Amino acid sequence: MKYIIAIIQPGKLDAVHEALGVLGISGMTVSEVQGYGRQKGKSEIYRGAEYVVNFIPKMKIEVAVEKKTADDVVSAIKTAAGTGKIGDGKIFVLSLEDAIRIRTAETGADAL
Amino acid sequence: MMRLIKILTPLVAGLSILSTPAMAQTVPEHGVFVLNSLLFLIGGFLVMFMACGFCMLEAGLVRAKNTTTQLTKNIALFSIAAIGYYLVGYNLMYPLGDWAVDGVLSNLFPAVAVMEAVGVSADGADDITYASTASDYFFQLMFCAATASIVSGTVAERIKLWPFLLFIFILTALIYPFQASWKWGGGFLDALGFLDFAGSSVVHSVGGYAALAGAIVLGARHGKYKSDGSVSPMPGANLPLATLGTFILWLGWFGFNGGSQLAMGTVGDVADVSRIFANTNAAAAGGAITALVLTQVLYKKVDLTMVLNGALAGLVSITAEPLTPGLGVATLIGGVGGIIVVFAVPMLDKLKIDDVVGAIPVHLIAGIWGTLAVVITNPEATLMAQLTGIVVIGLFTFIVSLIVWTILAKTMGIRVSEEAEMAGLDNSELGMDSYPEFSR
Repeated sequence: MKYIIAIIQPGKLDAVHEALGVLGISGMTVSEVQGYGRQKGKSEIYRGAEYVVNFIPKMKIEVAVEKKTADDVVSAIKTAAGTGKIGDGKIFVLSLEDAIRIRTAETGADAL
Repeated sequence: MMRLIKILTPLVAGLSILSTPAMAQTVPEHGVFVLNSLLFLIGGFLVMFMACGFCMLEAGLVRAKNTTTQLTKNIALFSIAAIGYYLVGYNLMYPLGDWAVDGVLSNLFPAVAVMEAVGVSADGADDITYASTASDYFFQLMFCAATASIVSGTVAERIKLWPFLLFIFILTALIYPFQASWKWGGGFLDALGFLDFAGSSVVHSVGGYAALAGAIVLGARHGKYKSDGSVSPMPGANLPLATLGTFILWLGWFGFNGGSQLAMGTVGDVADVSRIFANTNAAAAGGAITALVLTQVLYKKVDLTMVLNGALAGLVSITAEPLTPGLGVATLIGGVGGIIVVFAVPMLDKLKIDDVVGAIPVHLIAGIWGTLAVVITNPEATLMAQLTGIVVIGLFTFIVSLIVWTILAKTMGIRVSEEAEMAGLDNSELGMDSYPEFSR
């Protein structure tokens, strides 16, 4: 199993959700996060004074999937969230040791 | 049924008065008293709503961790103004010709305000040719409270609650009424020919000077001005509230300026009140538009908070003379107010004077401009008299406010600790969040 974490532009959440739905992904966890990468924040002016917003709002999506669908999920996120411009975000793929569904105590891929 | 008849009888009587031939030409004698009082009451509750406008504007421009404190200060200061003005302010401001020091200090001071008797007759009224005393008191109190409202925005996010409220009491009971008597009480500035229709100087600059003195004694918020000379902005938490507050102030200003005609019993007066409404609106629009365009040109992006300040500066600019200009000139006078805001806000930052909501540019500096602008359209105004009023009111209010703030700072302290400021005043001063169900 793989655990996929994607940091994306907030406006791309719906597109990614839709694309993963097409792949039959049965669940995801979404959180509002802030951070920076190569983009290094941005400069704004408030009441005549310039200031740098160091941490830019992003959405973090977390999905646990079977190993065989991981590549499809990654490419679906890439396609749905990509604009080709700086600030599109990143995808991290981790190995996942186990999963447990609390209600039924199923484990492994059955719990996804 | 008896109740219905009781309600209907005066209505029917009123209608029959309307149909008499005399009414077709002029308002009956007592009609002037009735209509003037009505103007004060309507104008007064519109100005009262400005307290809500200030409150929302400030709630929107402070950070979320200081919102509850800001709301608390606003309702408290409005209420304290009612006490201060009742106890001594009203009679200090209006000596009715009875001076202890001619043109300077009312001989009616110190005494509480007194209304006319319940169900007073025309013969028993204090001034049947003018308006009921309570309507006048109510209207004037609202101006006093508006002056106090100006101060709270500037000193936000770092001042202690109780010393602030003590200053407000002194401002509303003594400082504001004392200087207002020199103009509106028929004192020496009035005799000099100084003109200030609804209070660009008497109300707005005074609030602005009190705020400026407070900001100087208090110092800037921690982290606002960095050691390298740069400014680190602290954006307001809720711009919808700030915009709502600005619109409410804009609405209330029709009462502020329109009511200051002080009469509605003749065709001329009603027409003048109407001119004032239209000019007031034009000036606000002018101020908003110049700020809109200027921020786009200077910063490549429009700054809403400046546009809001611009509209208010336009309103302050027209307040000293909302009657004599035409709509075009009124728009331009307000437009200059918008320009003042866009340049004065960064200028104050250069001087390291931390004004959270921009009350000093809006009320003090645009107030001075508005007072000078009277000479453009009112032939009775002289530059000398206007300058004298500006300097006298400015020096008096600034120096006395500076002394009062300094005494408060030395005795009880006016500033919260650095930790309290970091945690937010809602936490340290009140222990109450504005939105406890939202985690931060």
